[in-house]
Amino acid sequence: MSYTDTNEGKIAHAHDPRYGINVMIWITLLSLTVITIAIAGLDLGNYTLLVAMFIAAIKSGFVINYFMHIKFEDLLFKLFIAGVIMVLLVIFVLTALDVFLR
Amino acid sequence: MSTNSTTNATHGEEHGHEHVHDLRDDYGSKLGMWLFLFTELILFGGLFLLYMAYRYQYFPEFQLSAKSLKIWMGGLNTIILLTSSLTMVLSIVALQRRKIKASIYWLITTIVFAFGFLVVKYFEWSDKFAHGIFPGGEELALKSQGEKVFYGLYFTMTGLHGLHVIIGMIILGFILVFIVKGKVSPDRFALIENGGLYWHLVDLIWIFLFPLFYLLH
Repeated sequence: MSYTDTNEGKIAHAHDPRYGINVMIWITLLSLTVITIAIAGLDLGNYTLLVAMFIAAIKSGFVINYFMHIKFEDLLFKLFIAGVIMVLLVIFVLTALDVFLR
Repeated sequence: MSTNSTTNATHGEEHGHEHVHDLRDDYGSKLGMWLFLFTELILFGGLFLLYMAYRYQYFPEFQLSAKSLKIWMGGLNTIILLTSSLTMVLSIVALQRRKIKASIYWLITTIVFAFGFLVVKYFEWSDKFAHGIFPGGEELALKSQGEKVFYGLYFTMTGLHGLHVIIGMIILGFILVFIVKGKVSPDRFALIENGGLYWHLVDLIWIFLFPLFYLLH
């Protein structure tokens, strides 16, 4: 099958699973949580929502790439995720345009 | 990676598609799990879409209502879920490194954290219920339309998320039994990986729920 080679490349990685990197990611995620809560105390006006969502997006990136292992998966998985994020983005932007500019 | 056939027989999953009689396809099962997770994202995405539209319409009411939620409780649950995501990963890593006992302990820790999340949620919700704030509650009925919408979304979205936590606990519980019985093992770990993916999705959704409901005021 055509994906045999890449599939085995992925499995080869599974032979070298590590604890340390995941602990580092966990500490990063906790720090970002503290930052989000700290920023919520400030009054950033209209940017409050944007900043909160930006930090949430960064946290998601870490969870998806490391905890969910996508960084080490085949291109196919990455393309799928990119596709779904694009679909959600289009739905949100189009709805936002309709709601905000009505 | 092509090794001899004895290895293939014992560690079948690594070379599954080279064998006609071995029907396992870990790659396909992971792909299927991701496709399922995408449907979950679309499901929650629709609710986030509602949140966005109503937040725009009832901005002051949303800010006012968000103040009534306790940040420390939401924050505690954020820490609990993030930590449970770590212990989930550690359980998988331990299994892949053939440390089966460690894997079992990390998985139990994950389930305990999941339960802890629900306990915090229980106290949070009962506090609201005690003040008459729940769908159909007498106190909520007196509030403005915008506040009703906020609490409606709050109970729907955190409720659906809580349901996912419960389902996640059940899935992880099954995986725990499978590890003990040896059905999930260092040579056959696709199931725990997929269970882990589900658990991380639960964490992922909370990463957005927490700031939207607790912090934006």
